[in-house]
Amino acid sequence: MFLNALLLALREIRRNVLRSSLTILGIVIGVAAVITMVTIGEGATAKVQADISQLGTNLLQIYRGQGRGGGGGARAMSPPFTMADVTAIAEEINGVEAVAPSSTSNTQAIYGNNNWSTQVIGTSDQYLRVRDWNLAEGRNFSDSELRSGVAVCLLGNTVKRELFSNQDPLGATIRLQKLACQVIGVLETKGQSGFGQDQDDLVVMPLRTLQRRMVGNADVSSIQVSARDGVSTEKVQADIERLLRERRKIRPGTEDDFNVRDLKEVASAFTSSTRVLTSLLGAVAAVSLVVGGVGIMNIMLVSVTERTREIGTRLAVGAMARDVLLQFLVEAVMLAALGGIIGIILGLSAGAAATHAFQVPFVLNPSIVMLSFVFSAAVGIVFGYFPAQRAAQLDPIEALRHE
Amino acid sequence: MTGMPNAPQPVIELSQVTKVYGHGEGEVRALRGIDLRIYPGEFVAVMGPSGGGKSTCMNILGCLDTPTSGTYRFLGAQVASMSADQRAMLRRNYLGFVFQGFNLLSRTSALENVELPMVYRHVPVVERHERARRALKEVGLTGRERHVPSELSGGQQQRVAIARAIVTEPKVLFADEPTGNLDTATSIEIMKLLTFLNEERGITIAMVTHEPDIAAWTRRIVRFRDGTIESDAVNQPVRTETH
Repeated sequence: MFLNALLLALREIRRNVLRSSLTILGIVIGVAAVITMVTIGEGATAKVQADISQLGTNLLQIYRGQGRGGGGGARAMSPPFTMADVTAIAEEINGVEAVAPSSTSNTQAIYGNNNWSTQVIGTSDQYLRVRDWNLAEGRNFSDSELRSGVAVCLLGNTVKRELFSNQDPLGATIRLQKLACQVIGVLETKGQSGFGQDQDDLVVMPLRTLQRRMVGNADVSSIQVSARDGVSTEKVQADIERLLRERRKIRPGTEDDFNVRDLKEVASAFTSSTRVLTSLLGAVAAVSLVVGGVGIMNIMLVSVTERTREIGTRLAVGAMARDVLLQFLVEAVMLAALGGIIGIILGLSAGAAATHAFQVPFVLNPSIVMLSFVFSAAVGIVFGYFPAQRAAQLDPIEALRHE
Repeated sequence: MTGMPNAPQPVIELSQVTKVYGHGEGEVRALRGIDLRIYPGEFVAVMGPSGGGKSTCMNILGCLDTPTSGTYRFLGAQVASMSADQRAMLRRNYLGFVFQGFNLLSRTSALENVELPMVYRHVPVVERHERARRALKEVGLTGRERHVPSELSGGQQQRVAIARAIVTEPKVLFADEPTGNLDTATSIEIMKLLTFLNEERGITIAMVTHEPDIAAWTRRIVRFRDGTIESDAVNQPVRTETH
């Protein structure tokens, strides 16, 4: 009986293609909107997560904060960190994989006739480990180079391309301000960060070299720490905060004059705001699904009226009320489900096009596809039930007489 | 002989059946105590003026409606107390209907129209096709199986409807003005077909008509007037074959 109802419904839908298409348009748009929104949202989330894991896994960044001068005076930048802080973190905190100090300076890099404005980072040989970054060629800094502040450097891929194009940079000497600096290595390409910044646009040199020969002070402006795998970054973060408060002699009750930023937190904040937006758009789309359901109900009611005589004939030859109910309900559900399927196809195509345009990964979320399908079928049941019930309750005599 | 009171068991037995529509002032008493028996193999014409109660009576006989009071036994079963679903089962298994307006499903082939009652009987598809084909052959429509109603003449459409009614081998075939929408020549063809089904296939037929020369084809004529049976008489069939 059910199979018959299916065949019957299919024929009825095919019989009036234009009307059927218009009927399901609401559902199609609703489902397509849900799928597109969710696909874009998920793609953006995946992109942010990938970017953040590219910055380095389990990365904590420690920055100076705004110091609070006594008596409400003007705020000044709080004192910088020192190499002693870096050593203390490395030695006293459990679960730390690597610690790297860093100070930066923006400068012009010159090689031959080429010049390129870039950022110079002074750090230690741990920097690559903290950032989970490999060398494409060349070598890392040696201990003696770090200790004595030799003018050697590693180039980010962008800098290499801008200064050397296809030439081999290893062993060449570039100029950074007045400093002649030998290239000993080139970093692997990292690409753009989630915040649109070119991560390969940098020159890395020993901290001491930067301090002495470029900026002229002994400051460490930030410290980057990577936690070991399986260690809670929250725990490491809390330990670092305690240690630094102690070392920087911050009295209990006063605020930290530094920040420890967990990139995972940044990521999850970003992700959750994307999620909120996605579910909001999803809710709007769900409303259009309900509107689509009303459209189906409308057409089914018209269809019941038009087919009153047919219903009467069916009742006369022995159809029971529930046979008629099933017939119309199956037709409504089939219409809605068809709308759902078309909507899913359209939504996925639109999602694929949009993710391509926004350069975020295309993430197929099977559960949202299933959910949309089930939801649209459910819309068919809910909004098809009333017209089907009306058909089933027709009096056979009146229905047979109906013109 | 058919139609004799001494035949064994009536298919249809109405006793003191009344039907009242509406309440109070607007009350209409369509049937005022009808007694009627129809025996297997009979061909009965039901006649009478509009509002005489013949349609109401046919609806009750066809198990489409229930009496207000009185009893209706169909093959011994009490129809008056049955639920709508139980009556649907009776129609499905024992009754066939032919209507004045044919009531074929539009845009549906003749074959599928004839298959319709078997769909509700859960007859397997292959057997359904086979039986529908045979029924169409019986009414002389071989070769028209794939035609949809709009491609058939009125007479052919009524033949499809008759095939649909007999394909389930019903105990009784109810025909409600089967020739009402047809011209004389076609009406005669339809009456020939019904007579054939009654005499050669043994199908009991109850037919409403208000054309005397159509009623004349049958073996018994029941006349309704004002909700009662005015007359119920054996008829010597007069089968005009004018062209």
